[in-house]
Amino acid sequence: MTNIGKSVIRKEALDKVTGRAKYTADFPSGEMLHGKSVISHYGHGTIKSIDVMEAKKEPGVRAIITGKQYPLTGEEIRDRPPIAFEKIRFHGEVVALVVADTPAIAKRAASLINVVVDPLPVVNSPSEGVSKDAPLVHDNVAEYEREEGVHPVPKTNIANHTKIRKGDMASGWAKSEIVIEENFSFPPSDHIPMETRSATAEIRPDGKVLITTSSQAPFMVKELLSQYFDLEVGKIIVKTPLVGGGYGGKASVQQEILAYLGSLAVEGRTVRMINEREEDMITSPCHMGLDAKVKLGCTADGYLQATELTYLVDSGAYSDKAIHLSRACAVDCTGPYFIENIWCDSYAVYTNHPYPAPYRGFSHAEVHFVFERAMDILARKLNMDPLELRYKNAIKPGHTTPTQVKLNRSTVGDVPMCIEKVKQLSRWEEGQLIELNERTVRAKGLACVWKNSTIPPESSSGAIITFNEDGTMNLMSGVVEIGTATKTVLAQILAERFRMSVNDIYVKMTVDTQSTPEHWKTVASRGTLMGGRAVLAAAEDAIRQIKEVASCVMKVRTDDLEIGNRRVFLREDPKEGLDFRDVVYGYTFPEGNAIGGQIIGRGNYILRNITYLDPETGAGNPGPEWAVGAQVVEVEFDRRDYTYKIIKAISVLDVGRVLNYKGALGQVTGAMSMGLGFGGRESFVIDDKARVLNPQLRTYRPVHFGEHPEYIVEFIETPHIDSPFGARGVGEQGLLGMPAALGNSLSLAAGVELHHLPLLPESIWRKKEGLNT
Amino acid sequence: MSIFQYVVLKINGEDRPVMIRSADTLLEVLRNELGLTGSKPGCLNGDCGACTVIVDGKPMKSCLMLGVEGTGKEITTIEGLQGTAIQQAFVEYFAFQCGYCTPGYIMNCQSLIENEPKATDEKISEWLKSNICRCTGYEEIETAIKSVLRESNSKDRPISRESEMD
Repeated sequence: MTNIGKSVIRKEALDKVTGRAKYTADFPSGEMLHGKSVISHYGHGTIKSIDVMEAKKEPGVRAIITGKQYPLTGEEIRDRPPIAFEKIRFHGEVVALVVADTPAIAKRAASLINVVVDPLPVVNSPSEGVSKDAPLVHDNVAEYEREEGVHPVPKTNIANHTKIRKGDMASGWAKSEIVIEENFSFPPSDHIPMETRSATAEIRPDGKVLITTSSQAPFMVKELLSQYFDLEVGKIIVKTPLVGGGYGGKASVQQEILAYLGSLAVEGRTVRMINEREEDMITSPCHMGLDAKVKLGCTADGYLQATELTYLVDSGAYSDKAIHLSRACAVDCTGPYFIENIWCDSYAVYTNHPYPAPYRGFSHAEVHFVFERAMDILARKLNMDPLELRYKNAIKPGHTTPTQVKLNRSTVGDVPMCIEKVKQLSRWEEGQLIELNERTVRAKGLACVWKNSTIPPESSSGAIITFNEDGTMNLMSGVVEIGTATKTVLAQILAERFRMSVNDIYVKMTVDTQSTPEHWKTVASRGTLMGGRAVLAAAEDAIRQIKEVASCVMKVRTDDLEIGNRRVFLREDPKEGLDFRDVVYGYTFPEGNAIGGQIIGRGNYILRNITYLDPETGAGNPGPEWAVGAQVVEVEFDRRDYTYKIIKAISVLDVGRVLNYKGALGQVTGAMSMGLGFGGRESFVIDDKARVLNPQLRTYRPVHFGEHPEYIVEFIETPHIDSPFGARGVGEQGLLGMPAALGNSLSLAAGVELHHLPLLPESIWRKKEGLNT
Repeated sequence: MSIFQYVVLKINGEDRPVMIRSADTLLEVLRNELGLTGSKPGCLNGDCGACTVIVDGKPMKSCLMLGVEGTGKEITTIEGLQGTAIQQAFVEYFAFQCGYCTPGYIMNCQSLIENEPKATDEKISEWLKSNICRCTGYEEIETAIKSVLRESNSKDRPISRESEMD
């Protein structure tokens, strides 16, 4: 092995440190027009009138459009007008769109549009949404067109209901000597990629639709635009250059629709949309909020027997990805423990909030906050070390998951080993709580994590490799480079298979749906598994072709040939062989006649044996493998003023196989940082009229330099047999246990159980003092 | 009277004549008029630092300064920075992922190196907390800036970078 595990520097590194790397909004504008949305300032209301007269008078305004004539959109339920029509359902919703010659003119004109709204009572949390006399966000969700496998409850705010029914609850509760029941919640928040979303659209006279977008899902943009607007799918060409951070947020299709409608309104001229930060936070999809209830029981010696869970996912005003997010809450509804009896109801509930996109971890950090906090509370009631409780119940090969998948050594990582290692790294034995002085304590909190993906069974990934005259290769994959360096890792995988230097592989960074093979979406920590398997298949295809040409030239059987160092040679006598340069562009015999031609390898991969979930029990195989881990957060907490500092954050993750060490490390610490932000202070502050009061980076503060704790990361390597070199997902896992571990450490430090995020000093103080939270 | 005016900005050592609106921020001028798209918009509000450039030797968020204010000043953008130690260190220490905040971060770091070559940890934090990086956990950026500061402070006795690489 020469390429695997090495900290290979990412292929686009030099472009990124010299300002040459191009993102969607960096391409020259030329003849472009500019779109600007008018957004709602109400959480819920009836649109009485939209006065565009003044705006129309502005010189340079080319079109102003409102929501009337457009079809409904939405990934699993078609419930969302791309531009609000008759009703406003959340603060930030697009009410009108201006297209003008310059961004400044578009913005001025947008500010002149007068929208008169009759406010309606709001649904301000998913719990409110399911209460008896809740206002309905949508009159009848059941009347909307929807995909199969979606289960809305007619004439309620419930857009989807997923059930997990495993084992026999009565017998589980009968065996439970200790039982706890707790409620947890947190409001919606946001991904905050540094690049706000941007998209351009152009419609050519022959009907071709050209989109450039900062998306994690360019192929989905193509598919959905085709479905929504009844366009021939081959006529839609979507390009995505480098993306400035996604974290799930850019996997939703929203702004592209506006750019397309804008272009449609100006005879197909190019229209560019660039989100301002405020729009990126509330108009485009955000990160879900959650209300949850957990009942958990175990025997007196700490063996889990039964759990009953209710998840109310804040679906916001439109269901879009919330359907799928609520389904994922059910799939891995517990922590990584074996529990025989599980009952879970997971609902996507409409509210008058901005609606969610996927968020790094896809419901798992959210579920883990609930379940891992509950585990600590149970341990306290049992008077047992929370680490021991987790160790005793860790899920292992042979056990079944909530969706009744029987695990094996390949499909699940090693939870006990992660716990043992984190115990050592965190010096758990020195004690969870240490008094530093009468004011300050140090406290450690633990959380165990697991994650499978729940992407559709038919999702596939493709790769193409072409050769250059000198025997080097070009690699094309539909995986979007969102910052994870997956394209570089794919090149490492290819180099390893060809036993050649990764420097001799050139990677196409831009995805173009017309020339790049499809990768469903760059999400779910599945780029390496799916893209990697496609690359390996393409490599086999190319190697077969190379050997065929060489066998003809060398008059030997193909299976006597090997490849390596850009040569094809006889296995028995490696000196006998041909340089790639003489083969990969066709071999020319001394007489002048030639065989072969440019070698082009192609491969694809589709996930194996994934099934839909049974609608009554939830049984089914959701995804290829569970990556697992154990994480500890250590805080220094001031008992007088309730402030705290995060001192250390530790992750032990079973990643199957490390493919690029520093790359993997960066994924994990970056995800941990994001998770600490989510747990510690990131949330929308929403008023009683469902308006978001802090949609900007001064009042919504992600972690800044200097606030970062010491990070300790260790990898366990239990291979996932199906994956290239055994690698498991690693892009999201670092985030999963952070909010829970932070909550556990602070609950211990403050001496009060904390149930709500974000964990601000003020909210800890309120809880401690028994005040309203 | 036209809302546009003719100005000459000195950017990366070159005089750049340009017609701009009085209301255009320096960021808009750089990106839209001069094609210098290395400076990134992230918040247009001074909160994120992705658009940081160096103006007369000091870091400046180009979304917080008008283009017309740039006349008579020396402006350096990421495009004007080539082959510096901090750029190399960012690559070596994996101090970026998506790369969007990187030009702004590097400009801030470069200015720190020039203005505060003996910066303490506190000073480094004070400077670098004005930029947001959403991908990394900041440790890699910290390692990168400290490696450059340390190296420039021990010219007689250069520390081998090798020892810190795996």
